[in-house]
Amino acid sequence: MTTYIIRRLFQLIPVLFGVTLLVFLLMHLTPGNPAQLIAGETASQSTIERIEVSMGLNDPLPVQYVNFVTDVAQLDFGYSYRNNTPVFEEIKPRFWITMELAIYSTILSIFIGLIAGIVSAVRQYSVRDVTIMIIALFGMSMPNFWLGLMLMNWFSIQLGWFPPTGWGSAGQVVLPVITLGTAGAAVIARMTRSSMLDVISQDYIRTARAKGVHEQIVIYRHALKNALIPVVTVVGLQFGTLLAGTVLTETVFSINGLGRLVIDSIMARDFPVVQACILIISVIFVVVNLIVDISYTLLNKRIDMD
Amino acid sequence: MSTNESILEVTDLRTSFFTEGGEVKAVDGVTFDVPAGKTLGIVGESGSGKSITAMSILQLISHPGKIKGGEIKFRGKNLLDLSEKEMRKIRGNQISMIFQEPMTSLNPTYTVGQQIRESYKIHQGLGKKEGSKRAIEMLKLVGIPSPEKRLDQYPFELSGGMRQRVMIAMALACKPDLLIADEPTTALDVTIQAQILELIKELQDELGMSVVMITHDLGVVAETCDYVAVMYCGKVVEYADVRTLFKNPRHPYTVGLLKSLPRSDRDQEELTPIKGTVPSPDEMPVGCRFAPRCPFATNLCHEKLPSLDDVGDGEQIRCWIYTDEWNGDPGVKVYEPERTTEG
Ligand SMILES: Nc1ncnc2c1ncn2[C@@H]1O[C@H](COP(=O)(O)OP(=O)(O)OP(=O)(O)O)[C@@H](O)[C@H]1O
Ligand SMILES: [Mg+2]
Repeated sequence: MTTYIIRRLFQLIPVLFGVTLLVFLLMHLTPGNPAQLIAGETASQSTIERIEVSMGLNDPLPVQYVNFVTDVAQLDFGYSYRNNTPVFEEIKPRFWITMELAIYSTILSIFIGLIAGIVSAVRQYSVRDVTIMIIALFGMSMPNFWLGLMLMNWFSIQLGWFPPTGWGSAGQVVLPVITLGTAGAAVIARMTRSSMLDVISQDYIRTARAKGVHEQIVIYRHALKNALIPVVTVVGLQFGTLLAGTVLTETVFSINGLGRLVIDSIMARDFPVVQACILIISVIFVVVNLIVDISYTLLNKRIDMD
Repeated sequence: MSTNESILEVTDLRTSFFTEGGEVKAVDGVTFDVPAGKTLGIVGESGSGKSITAMSILQLISHPGKIKGGEIKFRGKNLLDLSEKEMRKIRGNQISMIFQEPMTSLNPTYTVGQQIRESYKIHQGLGKKEGSKRAIEMLKLVGIPSPEKRLDQYPFELSGGMRQRVMIAMALACKPDLLIADEPTTALDVTIQAQILELIKELQDELGMSVVMITHDLGVVAETCDYVAVMYCGKVVEYADVRTLFKNPRHPYTVGLLKSLPRSDRDQEELTPIKGTVPSPDEMPVGCRFAPRCPFATNLCHEKLPSLDDVGDGEQIRCWIYTDEWNGDPGVKVYEPERTTEG
């Protein structure tokens, strides 16, 4: 197992190379001169040139890339064009807000998704099953921002149960987490259901019943452990979608997270910040998928680990 | 056969599947006895309802299947009257089952030890330590080398033969009174087949169990069974002790089966398959189910279903030939004189 994890860590190297390269090129292939941006519209040619030299913008691209990666490895993402503050300082508080939002939403979607999927599968084609699956279909197809606006309208504005914007207090957490977690819950519910149905008809489930195992234990131990294997993969993929969803959710609920920072920075053409945000979000995604892969192997003993 | 010498008496058992295409009567009035301490063989072509009969006994039929009626008396008690909770106490404890598919019948995500220990935990309340001790004994009993090591292995680490042994160890863990073995060896190669059958026989003698042996192989029947029930289209058509069945098969289907099924225990002249095919559920004949394929069928056979009748010596036949109503060729009652030299 340890060798497997080490091997998987090594496999991260090309992935990270790809991610950093893409982010790096993103900056250099977009039209517009960064030095011009920093210096402002009216700056003289000599000022721009001075800035270009100080930023190393005249070095060959490979040299610039190496410098970029070296800086990034030390969490040095440069300075924000807008505020002239270190990008890292700008990002840090927002990073935790987004992580909180993403993690709570993931937990919510796993929790709801698993329960709904199991309940559906155990009573296939019952009223309960059909109802849950219809709700799941809605949950999957509803656009994130629309759900957010609807929730805000009903529960904040009409009923006044939760504050409509911001992040921090328990009340502020509820609506954004539901908004962001719903689609994932729906996808996980559908996946769990079909996976459970598949597993329940397997021979070893009949064996368990033939041993005199209580039906509850047949479902929650014998079937669920096997049914979870494909679900784990979906959770990993879902996390990527969820990260993308933070952008809209944070915008709707005016949460000062990474997602909103990305939008604001794009609007202001504040490239170092955009770059850093994308890089960080990509790395989170890669790491989460590594964790998913490892739990997948822990669950599924049949995977060849060597 | 009277109650006190039978461990299991199945009477008019009916199990159907309610599919989109309508009701499929997989088991349609099955009746047989399993004498205590003996082995009953159930034979019949694929799809005749052998496995569904076996699973009905343990009430393991799941949606869209349903046991519609009949009686399954185990030690004089009708299992169909028991609650699910009472039934759980019987499954794996007093009646155990080995399934047709050793490769897929063990849970891939639990170790061999966990799966065997579970039986001890459920039925005898044993903890991990005591359960492991018993599991090792059981694995030793079924001839698995270095059983201590096997406990922590997962099914995928074992061969098919080993997995079937684990299945047997699991089934026999609580020393059941009745073992139902559904083609326990079909998926295995010939030498392992023989070992497994030998093993079941030894354990039967040792533990004094009764066995229901479902098989396609008449060699297996000849070697392991005391009585045989021949099934066709969800019904028992002939029930006899094994010597009588081989020496003097009476139902035309049994005769056909004897000529068409392989026997692993001896060389055979060419196999002659029974003409025609098993009718599909939606075109089930109204009369004798076998009539369309039977060389002796008369109008009576096509129109009316014969009942399963005693014909003496504990033998039962479902065939018009052996009734007073028979109006066909009287000579057909004597089949295959050369068969009398066999068996
Ligand atoms: N889940 C199901 N849905 C519908 N029909 C079924 C189902 N399971 C079994 N049947 C029907 O029950 C009949 C009997 O099946 P069964 O498995 O008992 O046959 P078998 O005698 O054990 O055959 P084999 O020798 O191939 O194992 C089949 O022909 C099939 O039509
Ligand atoms: Mg079968």
